[in-house]
Amino acid sequence: MIAQESGRAAERKRIAFSTGELGVVLGFLLLFIALSIFSPVFFTPRNLLNIVDQWAPIALIACAGTLVIMAGGFDLSAGATFALAGILSILATNVAGPVAGIVTGLGVGFLIGLVNALLTTVGRVNTFIGTLATAIIGRGIATAITGGFIVSTDSEGFAILGTARVLGIQLSVYILALTAIACTLVVLRTPFGRHILACGGNPEAARLSGVSVHLTRGATFVISGLLAALAGLMVASQVGSVQSTTGVGIEFTAIAAVVIGGNSIFGGEGAIWRTVVGVFILAMIGNGFTLLGLNPTYQDIVKGLIILVAVGIDAWTRKKI
Amino acid sequence: MELQSIEKSFAGIHALRGIDLGIRAGTIHGLIGENGAGKSTLGRIIAGATTPDLGRILIDGKQVTLSGPRDALRHGVGLVAQELNVIPRMSVIDNVFLGNELARGGRLRLRSMRRRYAELQERYGFAVPADTVVGSLRLVEQQKVEILRTLARDAEIIIMDEPTAALPQNDASTLFDIVRSLRQRGKTIIYVSHFLNEVLAMADFVTVLKDGHLIDTSPAAGETPRTLVRKMLGQEMDLAFPAKTSPVGSHPVLQVEGLSRAPAFQDVSFSVLPGEIVGLAGLVGSGRTELGRAIYGADRFTSGSVRFNGEALKVSSPKDAIKLGIGLVPESRKDQGLMLSMDIMDNMTMPHLGSYTRAGLINEPGRKAATSRVAQRLKIMRPVSGLPVRLLSGGNQQKVLLGRWMMRNAKLLIIDEPTRGVDVGAKQAIYVFLNELAQQGMAILLISSEMEEILGLCNRAVVMREGRVSRQLMAGNLTEDSVRRAAFGMQEDGE
Repeated sequence: MIAQESGRAAERKRIAFSTGELGVVLGFLLLFIALSIFSPVFFTPRNLLNIVDQWAPIALIACAGTLVIMAGGFDLSAGATFALAGILSILATNVAGPVAGIVTGLGVGFLIGLVNALLTTVGRVNTFIGTLATAIIGRGIATAITGGFIVSTDSEGFAILGTARVLGIQLSVYILALTAIACTLVVLRTPFGRHILACGGNPEAARLSGVSVHLTRGATFVISGLLAALAGLMVASQVGSVQSTTGVGIEFTAIAAVVIGGNSIFGGEGAIWRTVVGVFILAMIGNGFTLLGLNPTYQDIVKGLIILVAVGIDAWTRKKI
Repeated sequence: MELQSIEKSFAGIHALRGIDLGIRAGTIHGLIGENGAGKSTLGRIIAGATTPDLGRILIDGKQVTLSGPRDALRHGVGLVAQELNVIPRMSVIDNVFLGNELARGGRLRLRSMRRRYAELQERYGFAVPADTVVGSLRLVEQQKVEILRTLARDAEIIIMDEPTAALPQNDASTLFDIVRSLRQRGKTIIYVSHFLNEVLAMADFVTVLKDGHLIDTSPAAGETPRTLVRKMLGQEMDLAFPAKTSPVGSHPVLQVEGLSRAPAFQDVSFSVLPGEIVGLAGLVGSGRTELGRAIYGADRFTSGSVRFNGEALKVSSPKDAIKLGIGLVPESRKDQGLMLSMDIMDNMTMPHLGSYTRAGLINEPGRKAATSRVAQRLKIMRPVSGLPVRLLSGGNQQKVLLGRWMMRNAKLLIIDEPTRGVDVGAKQAIYVFLNELAQQGMAILLISSEMEEILGLCNRAVVMREGRVSRQLMAGNLTEDSVRRAAFGMQEDGE
């Protein structure tokens, strides 16, 4: 129905503009301004850079997670990959030096991503269940290798990744910026990015349009594995030690950021910048609690409520369409 | 039932304006109009699925407010929607009494429900086995389940929205019989449809809508398809087919030999020349769609061979087929054709992204210009980027799918039910484009259940029946009768 459809179009645009497009930016700005007013420390380069540095690993996982979700999947193994990559990179560093350590860590991420990719495409396992299983196995391997103890290194070379500064800014900030820009370019300007959205939106139509659905979805899992491993390396390098329980639940924080940014969890649409904004809304809540001296016990309650609001807006705008 | 000055707008755009409509009890009342005319919206208002902004609804002279489908049912108004609302995994009887279960103290009264179900079947004279799982039934049987559901709630007025849009011809006539018998038993049917002949054959009154206005309500007996089209479009319009083209070469683009994919189709052989439109006719379920998909590489075939431009075709996925210059417009545009949340540009260029890519990045201006050219040629008057195709009319959506294979002219186009659920104007346009493409040398395999398309567009027709080629009809003996006979497997006269 043309009249009805253009009506719907207008309606959808209106809603998208008021809640989807602006809502998350508005929330971000409000939080930012409020914290700047109420805390003298918040709006200082040092504090802001620290926030970015601290949340960069989660942001990396969330950016990759956005690609996975856009393509119609979920990756629950990011936390396990994060820990296992950190552990094995430290062990490899202690044996063969920092370069070997980094290569090993990324290799672990690649492998777990590949296993997830194969399981959930040619293996036809549901992505939720498949990656949950590899997550459990990954943590199990991590515990088996470490025997439940902390592994650590004092290699100075290995510490560079997490502690070095370029022009006074932490390396992690650059890594995050580059990753976010690269992911955005991939989504907006490459065939692979268009394929990701097509697979998430309508896999059958995508296949009949000549898209290799398995290859596309699989690739998002490999990217997710690699970036989770990179995140693990950054933390391992910064702290110098990792254990098998490091980063438990980090994958859920990442998914929360994707959702808070206003991306659809059903796939087929979304934007990387939304996820980055989502990450820093979570980050500012954490930072705000600390700076304002609020009881940190309530932090998680606030975060949970914000997730509900974000998902609620998504569901309600969807229903209206 | 009576509607008085009904108005409805969506975000400032009027979908319906000042509709006054009286519907007499015990009649079949046809509701027709182009896509976008407002007929489905009106149907939904009558069924309580949408509330009007202004105006009154009267049933038996009393004003009512229908706040939802459930509420409408309480007033005796039931809806059989275009997209059926059955629950596929539940049994027929569970579906019929869904939300209306007979129970005592929280326990289902199974025996009473069975008794009531038997009563319903007896009273209305059509039956569906009570314990069958609905998902395993044919579409027409599922529709029967929906109709029974409204009857189980004693609906007096039943709205049917495009009930035959997805039905093969013989099932449609089953449905017509049911609709007529409901009228005989005093029910009122509001029949929303694209098919003018259907409406004329069944309805007592016909109401024509155009751009949200009610143009006219008149007895069906005084109307012809021509007069209705004139009212719908506000002008005279020929539903004529363009003059048939002739093949532009003698070397077939497509040669299918002994192709089988058990159990869908077996031992199928035929060929298509460049510039030729070959119809693939037959009943729904006769293996036509599956055959098209197998040639395209969407499904595997088990034996036989396909030659494309004289060479053995080895495709294991649509991707391979596309590379060779084969395109498919699938049967269901929403489920298999379109990425609904993406725009026209993405939907049209998805198979060809590689050719707009330099150094890994898509050349957006080039891609947009190319898309705009095709969209203009197809007369799609909508922005090609930024607008999700979900918001386009059925006709425009179908044009987008056609445009996908005009971006880089495919050599062979397999097109499955190209005009299903598309309004008259777009239908006509699609016929003209198919014809044009053939003229330029494209080989077209047209899968269709619409007799007039097979007769009006095709140079030849391959008629399938139960997975096999029943008959190949050359231009000389391509008639409605011969196609129908072949589809049902009847002997030709004199054979």
